[in-house]
Amino acid sequence: MKKLKILLAGAAAIVAVSSSLAHAERGADGELKILFWQAVSTMNPFLSAGTKEVYASSMVIEPLARYDEKGELVPWLATEIPTIENGGFAEDMLSMTWKLKPDLKWSDGTDFTADDVVFTWKYCTAPDGGCAQRAQYEGVKNVEAVDPHTVKVTFEDPKPYPYSAFVGAQSPIIQAAQFKDCLGTKAPGCTDANFKPVGTGPFVVKDFKPNDVITFEANPNYREADKPAFASVTLKGGGDAASAARAVLETGEYDYAWNAQVEPEVLETMLAAGKGRLEISFGTQVERINLNFTNPDPSLGDKRSTVEAGPHPSLSDPAVRRALSLAIDRDIIIEAGYGQSGKPTCNIVPAPENVASTKNDEWCLKQDIEAANKLLDEAGWMPGPDGIRQKDGVRLSYLFQTSTNSVRQATQELVKAMWAEIGVDAELRNASASVFFGGDPASPDTFQKFYADVEMYTNNFDGTDPEKYLAEWLCDKMPSPANGWQGQNIPRYCNPDYDKLVGELSKTADLEKRAELSKQLNDMLTEEGAHIPLVHRGDQSSFALSLDGIKMNSWDSQVWNIADWHRKK
Amino acid sequence: MTDTTLQAAPTVRDETPVRTPMREMWRQFRAHKGGVAGLAVFIFIVLAVYVGPYIHTVAPNAINIRDKNQGPSFAHPFGTDNLGKDMLAQVLAGGRISLAVGFAAMLLALFLGTLVGVLSGYFRRADGPLMRLTDLFLALPLLPLLLVILMLFRDTLRSAFGPETGIFILIVFVIGITSWMHTARIVRGDVLAVKSQEFIVAAKSSGMREHRIIIRHILPNVLSSIMVSATLGIAAAIITESALSFLGLGFPSDFPTWGRLLYDGANFLQLTPSRVLWPGLAISLTVLSVNYMGDAIRDALDPRTLKR
Repeated sequence: MKKLKILLAGAAAIVAVSSSLAHAERGADGELKILFWQAVSTMNPFLSAGTKEVYASSMVIEPLARYDEKGELVPWLATEIPTIENGGFAEDMLSMTWKLKPDLKWSDGTDFTADDVVFTWKYCTAPDGGCAQRAQYEGVKNVEAVDPHTVKVTFEDPKPYPYSAFVGAQSPIIQAAQFKDCLGTKAPGCTDANFKPVGTGPFVVKDFKPNDVITFEANPNYREADKPAFASVTLKGGGDAASAARAVLETGEYDYAWNAQVEPEVLETMLAAGKGRLEISFGTQVERINLNFTNPDPSLGDKRSTVEAGPHPSLSDPAVRRALSLAIDRDIIIEAGYGQSGKPTCNIVPAPENVASTKNDEWCLKQDIEAANKLLDEAGWMPGPDGIRQKDGVRLSYLFQTSTNSVRQATQELVKAMWAEIGVDAELRNASASVFFGGDPASPDTFQKFYADVEMYTNNFDGTDPEKYLAEWLCDKMPSPANGWQGQNIPRYCNPDYDKLVGELSKTADLEKRAELSKQLNDMLTEEGAHIPLVHRGDQSSFALSLDGIKMNSWDSQVWNIADWHRKK
Repeated sequence: MTDTTLQAAPTVRDETPVRTPMREMWRQFRAHKGGVAGLAVFIFIVLAVYVGPYIHTVAPNAINIRDKNQGPSFAHPFGTDNLGKDMLAQVLAGGRISLAVGFAAMLLALFLGTLVGVLSGYFRRADGPLMRLTDLFLALPLLPLLLVILMLFRDTLRSAFGPETGIFILIVFVIGITSWMHTARIVRGDVLAVKSQEFIVAAKSSGMREHRIIIRHILPNVLSSIMVSATLGIAAAIITESALSFLGLGFPSDFPTWGRLLYDGANFLQLTPSRVLWPGLAISLTVLSVNYMGDAIRDALDPRTLKR
């Protein structure tokens, strides 16, 4: 009897040792603590397009395919990416067929089938639904289940780049059984489904407190038996960027904090504590200064900053726009505000590599005060008694607005000082981010209304194909009262040649040709001064040193491979 | 002519103390040690803020990125911030704005609060409506109100007075209009208590006009609580201004005020503690000195202590 006991104990010990060596057991690494300084309000990304909601829900629900850390498409719930070569994407570009992985299970144990995929499309495109990710399904005519493991998507028009529906963290698959009564206007009312969606991902929601804490536990039906390494995840929301970074890097209370948007020297003092590290990845975010082509004079009333207000008195002069760009020293801006997470750029499409242009780097990346002054002198803008250049009573004095954020305010001050060197004055203004980006048509301070001469913010495009993004600078995309200030052509740039080239891009399928056209469009915008691109911004998050398996991703959710995360042994 | 001789006469004889009200008040004020210390500190701050920039001639907005995040040195006694701007120059420039905003807003709030408080305390018929108005203002959510006011008047004021003066007027107005309610309530309570005392009844029965009673008898007796409100009001106004600037509703971001310097410096506390230390100290000292001065003035003005 005693012998047996010893034997058993020995066996147990061997099992314990072997499992910890291989750490190939679900839930072996205990708890993972995550801090998001903007709290998560729902687990349904179709009801809120916020990054925080998309990231949190990506731990639970998954798309058919997603982008890896290099921006390349990888099959996720599908067996392969449909292409023309493998026959999954039709030659006429009107339909594509997804093959689903066999034997996939939802976290409640039921089968994952093609009907769930079809339902997801119906859910997001239901009339009056207000689906936040509707753009992902633009141009989709029909989605049908050919058999339980095959889905066919048909398009209204030929779609040269079809990977948007069911691709990426913004377009995950939800369970038909759980959401079947939540279509259209009933969607926000399904609290239980929205807070605790059934998913195929590595974790399931155990408890959800809106705008506060979410606890997850490992999905017992996850397709890989030895993953995830963590048994539970606690996701806490709230605070600010600096305190979130501090909680990981300096005090070590958390394992992962998203978006460390803090001055580089502050991060350095935190890193000195030796508890964590920063991971940076570069996507398509570009901090830019938009120059208003129309007149924002307040005396014009409702017409200000629209085409009816007429061209801007000084910014409509190409020489002024070029000089404003030449006067800027991007390296100083990056040193002061971005550090490792910023690179100087003159492109609005800075990545992926095959579409990033280098044509304008020569003149644009380097500060050249002399050339800027010469340009303004030649154009007839002469310094007045106060040192500010003027011509025919028009002074080069600009109202410069942006959102409230210490890095942005510092950049504003730097740019103001640089412009002062060429005799251009700037009045700085900042508006709370929730107002500036809020899109409320009643507020005068939104970036769409652009009731200022110049304004600065960051924008990017989803995925790796810039076509939709470049189409934002079309003449008819200008925000105006007629379209409820909804257009995306913020600088009010209008060039028929540009419009024609965008039309060509939308009809081109050949990837190399598309890249060439994208570069041309990007160069056009920079050369004509629709905006001044400043910084190619990276995503920067803080992680505990003990955490391993992370692949920072700017093309998809940062927690896209959370199933592979584990503790260093 | 006669006037001057009449008035000159007593001052000549004034070698031995003669009790003119002003002198008496000054005597009382001096008896309050904290008040004198507060006055000294306050005068020092005001002098430093207004005269200092002529001695320390570095421009507060001069950016020098090569000298960023420096500790105290001879060239930069308070160090520099993360853009290499001189902190001493910024604290001095910020003080001028913060003090001006604090005082102007406090005076406006005090005037409104006292007016409403005295009227509603003294005239029974005005009490109901005025106190309901006070409740109304107390219930107003501050931020949406500020947004609306700003949206309506910012551009008009900006074109009329320029960006800085326009915003100054707007901020003083906004803070004043949203912070008078507590003063009004306190003053009303005090007025109610004073009103029922015998000397007021006596003044009334002697045929004194109402406004004379309020100015000569009621106000001096409620002055102590007004003074306390005032001193608290300055502090609140300085802090509110910084909150507004932080939200982007206040002065432009390259326009230093004490509150803004404090907010901006908070992230750099470990790296350059002086960025938080000096503006914080300036705010605390100002508030503290004004508090002590208020205390002393209250003692000096209190009719009951005067009789002693």
